[in-house]
Amino acid sequence: MPEKKYENLKDVSDVVISTRIRFARNLKDYPFPCRLNDEKKCHVAALVKEAVLDGHSAISDRFKYIQMSELTQEEAVSLVERHLVSPEFISDRQGRGLLLLDDESVSIMINEEDHVRIQVIKPNMDLDGAYDLADKIDTMLDEQLNFAFNDKLGYLTQCPTNIGTGMRASLMMHLPALKESNAMGRISASLSKLGLVIRGIYGEGTDPKGAIYQLSNQVTLGISEHEAINNLRDIASQLITQERTARETLAKNMIIEDRIFRSFGVLQYAKLISNDECMQLLSNLRFGVETGLISSISFDTLNRLMIEVQPATLMKNVGKKLSPQERDRIRAELVRTALLQPKVPANRRLEN
Amino acid sequence: MLCQSCEKRQATTHIKTIVNGELKEYNLCPECATKMGYGSFFGNFGFDLDKLFGSFMESVGTGRNTKRCQCCGSSFEDIAKSGKVGCANCYDVFYEELLPSIQRIHGRTSHTGKLARSAGTKVRIKNELTQCKYELEQAIKAQEFEKAAELRDRIRELEKNINNADINGKE
Repeated sequence: MPEKKYENLKDVSDVVISTRIRFARNLKDYPFPCRLNDEKKCHVAALVKEAVLDGHSAISDRFKYIQMSELTQEEAVSLVERHLVSPEFISDRQGRGLLLLDDESVSIMINEEDHVRIQVIKPNMDLDGAYDLADKIDTMLDEQLNFAFNDKLGYLTQCPTNIGTGMRASLMMHLPALKESNAMGRISASLSKLGLVIRGIYGEGTDPKGAIYQLSNQVTLGISEHEAINNLRDIASQLITQERTARETLAKNMIIEDRIFRSFGVLQYAKLISNDECMQLLSNLRFGVETGLISSISFDTLNRLMIEVQPATLMKNVGKKLSPQERDRIRAELVRTALLQPKVPANRRLEN
Repeated sequence: MLCQSCEKRQATTHIKTIVNGELKEYNLCPECATKMGYGSFFGNFGFDLDKLFGSFMESVGTGRNTKRCQCCGSSFEDIAKSGKVGCANCYDVFYEELLPSIQRIHGRTSHTGKLARSAGTKVRIKNELTQCKYELEQAIKAQEFEKAAELRDRIRELEKNINNADINGKE
């Protein structure tokens, strides 16, 4: 029964989609990427690549090296849509490289803002798991690369906003009820006082598509990794509780319920859906699943769809460039097929 | 919806920008979007934090400083303008100049947490000391007195080491 889920802070998959830990690191003996020419960048890339692929660790064999300049535009943008690299990283791909683990849970960006950006993504809420893995990879690389470090300022980074631990921990959260109740402005203001920041789905300055937000720590100096993670976890728990309370109220609202089922209907039968509309409808549908109004769809299906419908990922999977309208057609088809499952209408009202 | 720029073709690109806190929205067709520089998917993505940081620091750095980092050649002005520090050595060379901005961004000025392999002995000892003190507190709370005694001895030893490190100078 949905009521039970609301008390549970162990399983938070109704709110938290994924967890990410990112370390910013630089090689001691090279200027930061902004002061490197393409030749020197390739030098750094070769060193990092070697350190990862020849590292004496079981995980080394599972990495694949990708030369960013060799990718098509669709392939590159798709990496952003899948949250494996930052938008900044693909804006200029010269001299940049990516090391990707076979299951795509670890990506190491070379020559982004810093020489090395280690990123671990785990599904659901798993801050400790993600941190442990990132920590291991960091230690392994430090042995061979000798990271820039200062006893007072910690790990040194190109932008002083990242010095200290160089760690950014973030949770991707679906907050439709808080967004609907216009609470996000207030929340965002109070979070900044706590050294945390909440923003749109693709990071800095982006629009929260489909009510998906990214909550992360802002301060990296003078606070240890564990403190920062515990702090983030505490605040996230409060946000989760607030979101769930808001959902309970909203789910009783006939207008909201109508919107959820209309969205479900459109997604199941539409022949053309634009990306923005699709994200909005999927968000509404997820809201329906989260509140227990719809039970035939899993979070996994929804999480997967939210990435597969993105324009570049869609073209990459089809294997060719498509016009916006062709994309809308294939997107609609993709969603229809995924949602076309045994339909048992969750008509709880009749049971009661 | 028609493109707001040419008013002829269908708008497929929706652009939202926030400049100085003011939200602007445009609906554009692919042609006009490319013309206006929104062609690539993420070309004009988000605001530029670096510039913001740069403007942060300009108030601190005035022209009189002609000191340059011997490793990468950056002057403090270069750093303040771009918001990007040139290399690891710049943090030593321009430590005094950078400190006020660092203080403003983080609220603190000294690192705690994981240490790199190259970290000095003193900072290593300090780190272990903080960890031991924390564990000692936990042990006392949990009434594990045997463990607490061990930790107390370790703390004494570490404090002695840290004094020695002080005498032997910076490591």
